[in-house]
Amino acid sequence: MAAAESVTPQFRTGDRVAVRAAYPIGHVRTPYYIRGKRGVIERLCGAYGNPEELAYARPGLPKQPLYRVRFLQREVWPAYDGSPGDTVDVEIFQHWLERG
Amino acid sequence: MPHDHDHPHDHGNLHDHAQPHRHPPRPDQDDTITQWRAMEIAVRELLIEKGILSAEEVRRQVEDMDNRTPLLGATAVARAWTDPEYRKLLLSDGNAACEVLGMERGPYKLVVVENTDQVHNVIVCTLCSCYPRWLLGLPPDWYKSRNYRSRVINQPRDVLREFGTAIPGHVTVRVHDSTADMRYLVLPKRPAGTEGWSEEKLAALVSRDSMIGVAFAQNP
Repeated sequence: MAAAESVTPQFRTGDRVAVRAAYPIGHVRTPYYIRGKRGVIERLCGAYGNPEELAYARPGLPKQPLYRVRFLQREVWPAYDGSPGDTVDVEIFQHWLERG
Repeated sequence: MPHDHDHPHDHGNLHDHAQPHRHPPRPDQDDTITQWRAMEIAVRELLIEKGILSAEEVRRQVEDMDNRTPLLGATAVARAWTDPEYRKLLLSDGNAACEVLGMERGPYKLVVVENTDQVHNVIVCTLCSCYPRWLLGLPPDWYKSRNYRSRVINQPRDVLREFGTAIPGHVTVRVHDSTADMRYLVLPKRPAGTEGWSEEKLAALVSRDSMIGVAFAQNP
């Protein structure tokens, strides 16, 4: 797989990001509950075939950078009653992220 | 097994309906063919018919998966507890750490998250049931249930309490949602009172649930 078949990563660990609040139909690996939420890049995981394409037997190229993004629970769930520092980490593809 | 009990009647005489029969017959098909199972059978039979797979290969794969147990993961955890260099490798490159122990690297990237005095990690796949099967075997049924998947994500402390795992308020709870190409393993805290223990003895304290994060490693 040539490197050119991967999209260049735009974010680095510690960057603040927002998940796009988009609702396309199809096979999407970005959970509903995290769309529109703000978090911080925990790490870049590498580049992976786009599942929204792979699910329909298409090649899924170029590969998309995949990140682990960390969110504060109380920002994701306004009624969260655990500790204020509790977090949820979610894997999100770059094309679902904007600067936040 | 229709006849797993003792009683006198003549099994050689199957057509003799005059014989008194004191138990209701069990159906020959004691299984339900759902739409998905029918599809699996159809695809499998086609693959075999076309010579892409053999029935023996399919059987071997099923057997291989059934033979995998959480002991593989527990072995890695016990090594990390006793060898600081290995712990570093496990946390930085989980797949390489599997290989070092002679285990499969695994088909997915392994992210290992460490429980400490400050942080407790718990794993879920809210979208389906992603799980490091090559290290832990098949996931438990509750891991795949809608109840666990929908509740541990937004009330992890309550769900952990239901598992008998109370996390003090000063400890941060981190839920990891396995949504794409990573698979996760929790490195539980080593229980106190296990100083000088062998890796084998330590591994026996590491349960499947402690590596998902819904339990602690067992105390000695």
